Amino acid sequence: MKLEIRGVNFSYDSRPVLEDVTMSVDEGNVVSLVGPNGSGKTTLLKCINKILKPKKGVVLVEEKDVREMKLKELAKLLGYVPQISVSSFPSTVFDTVLLGRRPYINWSVSPKDREIASQTLALMGIEDLALRHLNELSGGERQKVIIARALAQEPQVILLDEPTSNLDIKHQLEVLGIIRSVVKKKRIAALIAIHDLNLASRFSDKIILLHKGKIYDAGEPAKVLTQENIRIVYGVEVEINNSGTPYIIPLTPVN
Amino acid sequence: MQSLPCSKLYSKITARKALFIFLCLVTLVILVPVSASFGSVHLEVNDVFHAIIARIFPFSGVKSSELASVIVWRLRLRWVTMAMVTGAGLAICGAVMQGALRNPLVSPFTVGVSSGATLGASLAIILGISFVGSGRYFIVANAFVFSMITSLLIIGFGRLRGTTPEAFILVGIALTYTFSAITSFLQYCAEEGDLMAVAHWIFGSVMRASWEDIILVSAIMLVCLPFLMKYCWDLNAMAFGGDEVAVSLGVNPARVRTASMILVALITASITSFTGIIGFVGLVAPHIARLVIGGDHRFLLPCSSVIGAIMVVTANVIGRSIMPPAVLPVGIVMSSIGGPFFLYLLLKKRRRYWE
Repeated sequence: MKLEIRGVNFSYDSRPVLEDVTMSVDEGNVVSLVGPNGSGKTTLLKCINKILKPKKGVVLVEEKDVREMKLKELAKLLGYVPQISVSSFPSTVFDTVLLGRRPYINWSVSPKDREIASQTLALMGIEDLALRHLNELSGGERQKVIIARALAQEPQVILLDEPTSNLDIKHQLEVLGIIRSVVKKKRIAALIAIHDLNLASRFSDKIILLHKGKIYDAGEPAKVLTQENIRIVYGVEVEINNSGTPYIIPLTPVN
Repeated sequence: MQSLPCSKLYSKITARKALFIFLCLVTLVILVPVSASFGSVHLEVNDVFHAIIARIFPFSGVKSSELASVIVWRLRLRWVTMAMVTGAGLAICGAVMQGALRNPLVSPFTVGVSSGATLGASLAIILGISFVGSGRYFIVANAFVFSMITSLLIIGFGRLRGTTPEAFILVGIALTYTFSAITSFLQYCAEEGDLMAVAHWIFGSVMRASWEDIILVSAIMLVCLPFLMKYCWDLNAMAFGGDEVAVSLGVNPARVRTASMILVALITASITSFTGIIGFVGLVAPHIARLVIGGDHRFLLPCSSVIGAIMVVTANVIGRSIMPPAVLPVGIVMSSIGGPFFLYLLLKKRRRYWE
């Protein structure tokens, strides 16, 4: 088990956001976290990588309790792609990806660090952008850079928060395709918070459906993405086209 | 392992950055004897050079005239050295602050040193109150103590509000205004002579510090700098990725931010107590460095420091040469020349410089 979460509770002040969340992600699996706005997807990701501290419960990465790990140790196991990337200062693509090596670097950049950064760029197909500045890139290219940075950490688990929300359809397919192939090839694990149910359905081994901070349902896409589940959790009437993976066509919101 | 092209390219660019810093350093080394040759008594660069060598290596056989030796060692070299220390220190602190607070508009004085130091100096000059009873450190010690009080208050309150860049900047504004109000009140009640003295102190000068003072300030800097350099990668993570990404890269942003701001406060307060308020360099030197070599703090810190030193040394020599024997304060000279120059750099650069 790459990632295991047991009984995690979290609240902002007194408003509970996560209640008794228990789940796991196996080696070589892509798991999608879906659920409406405010259902706790982002909060759950942040509880895993210690940006937030759960009020209760345990998070284990590679069987190790994250509370007992130093941030630097954890950073070697866990990569993170945030929903919004902030940057006030100019940075080149290569420097940005090299930052992913920060957990391994004390002061100077070793040839190995440079190699890994270059290989990750090649993997994402953005080698030719290496010396460009981040603020000159399109949203899709920039997202690939941020994912490359997380992969340069050589993580066992990669957490992605809405990696496709600002991308055109080609970049959406490319980005999720690369993530899936890396997860399969390197036998790591990915946990992706995502809004697009059809992308989730197509690229995930397992889907976890969050509803008001609790896990409403979990399992294979065809099991979780049902008309009834979506009506109750999202309040939307849908039609589902079940040819291989379920394909969801939203119809009308229900009250 | 076969080296990929962009890995090689990176090495090349790194070498180019190091070369630029080295060239700036050479410029600074040349600038020292040249700037010491300017002034109301003109000396040849050669005379200055001989005077420096004769004193440092007494047995080298190099002879220097008594006059040149006195002018160089008692006055000009002291000023130039203080200018270097001031420029280098404030520029590094500016680069650290901009990175730690992820904001291109902050300067070393964002930790509140300028308002604290001004209040301390005003108290000493106008009311004759100081933490040190008397002597030449009467004003200096008070300026230092009040700078540190202001800084620690800002850092403390900022930590209460979540240790975010916004918290520090806003708390800093609140406290700066409060302290400035007290200073203004003191000035409002002050006699004309004292008011002049305060105004003079505020203008900022690298010419007040003695050799002992310079050694003291340098010693404080030399103790603090290795710690700041140690934070370079952490600052990179915070400046380029933001706090959450920094955490995911193994950095504790709250700790790095607090520690680096305390170090910045120490360096800035120790410089400012001896010089008064010298603005501009701490804000702009890091930007000039960033325009040329980019934002990687491992290179940005050294590069900013050398550029800062060049700026203040140049401003000092120009201030001494425009209408001798009067000396224009270094801050006025630097801002009046540096402002337009910086504007030119900003407009010339095609690429958008930050978002």
